[in-house]
Amino acid sequence: MRLDLILRVAAKLILPFMLLFAVYVQFHGDYGAGGGFQAGTIAGAGVILYALVFGLAAAQRIVPLALVETLVPLGVFIYAAVGVAGWLTGGNYLEYNHLAHDTVHGQEWGVFLVELGVFVTVSATMVAIFYAFTGRRRSR
Amino acid sequence: MLAVTTVAVVRVRNLFAVAVLTGIYSFLMATVLLVLDAPDVALTEAAVGAGIGTVLIVGALYLTKTDEARPVHGILLPLVVAAGTAAVLLFGVSDTPPFGDPGNPIHVLGPDYLARSVPETGIPNVVSSVLASYRGFDTLGETVVIFTAGIAVLMLLKRSPRRRRVSPPGAGDPNSPEDEA
Repeated sequence: MRLDLILRVAAKLILPFMLLFAVYVQFHGDYGAGGGFQAGTIAGAGVILYALVFGLAAAQRIVPLALVETLVPLGVFIYAAVGVAGWLTGGNYLEYNHLAHDTVHGQEWGVFLVELGVFVTVSATMVAIFYAFTGRRRSR
Repeated sequence: MLAVTTVAVVRVRNLFAVAVLTGIYSFLMATVLLVLDAPDVALTEAAVGAGIGTVLIVGALYLTKTDEARPVHGILLPLVVAAGTAAVLLFGVSDTPPFGDPGNPIHVLGPDYLARSVPETGIPNVVSSVLASYRGFDTLGETVVIFTAGIAVLMLLKRSPRRRRVSPPGAGDPNSPEDEA
């Protein structure tokens, strides 16, 4: 697999666009199709593609397992922290109205941060599950 | 085509072919969802079902045999289980509101969300605003579900290195005593 020239070149060509598309889906989710779940899966798939073509070790040099396992709970933490921020700014849990100077911007900020939390958890979970599957035979 | 793919998935005994066929099935399903004007769900289905799902199935096949095992039971037991499950599901469906009734909650609440989304949240994509703002608590639950699934898979599959175990906080250390594999 490591010597497969066409695969490697094609993967190198396609990877930047995959990651860019993930970012686009993430930040454009307010206006078009998409959001944290979709963008997280696409970003996770980018890392998985890299691991498939270039090998697990190369992928884990770029995205270490420790980082992935930190990001999985971090996304949930971001999401829950946005809810607590709603409390602290004088609203209910997960109420975004007071996060910014007016209600609409508060809502946009809340949705943005919540989607960010979803993105982090989803992408990290995808990569973590993939690592768990593929790392099994190697270390035996 | 969906039906043909489904029958093929059931009939073919080579699991590698089944993995590819499930990927095709997911792509067809994404197309159906796109036709149904649900691009968000279609995007998810294409990315998760066709992309990552197929990769994970192939990754699991790498660890096991690639041919489906012969069934150990006769045809009767699976038939009874399937019929029982179908009966339970039908019983559950019988309590849902009638299909297409204008008084259904989805038809009453939908226009409300459509009217409120842009003035209240400034987000034109109503799917996003409902998902993240109006139903934010549900989405928090979904995120926790994904988190839990990831932790569970890691606990099951990961052969934890004794020393440098980097377990996520809050998970406790349930996998320290019984990590023999």
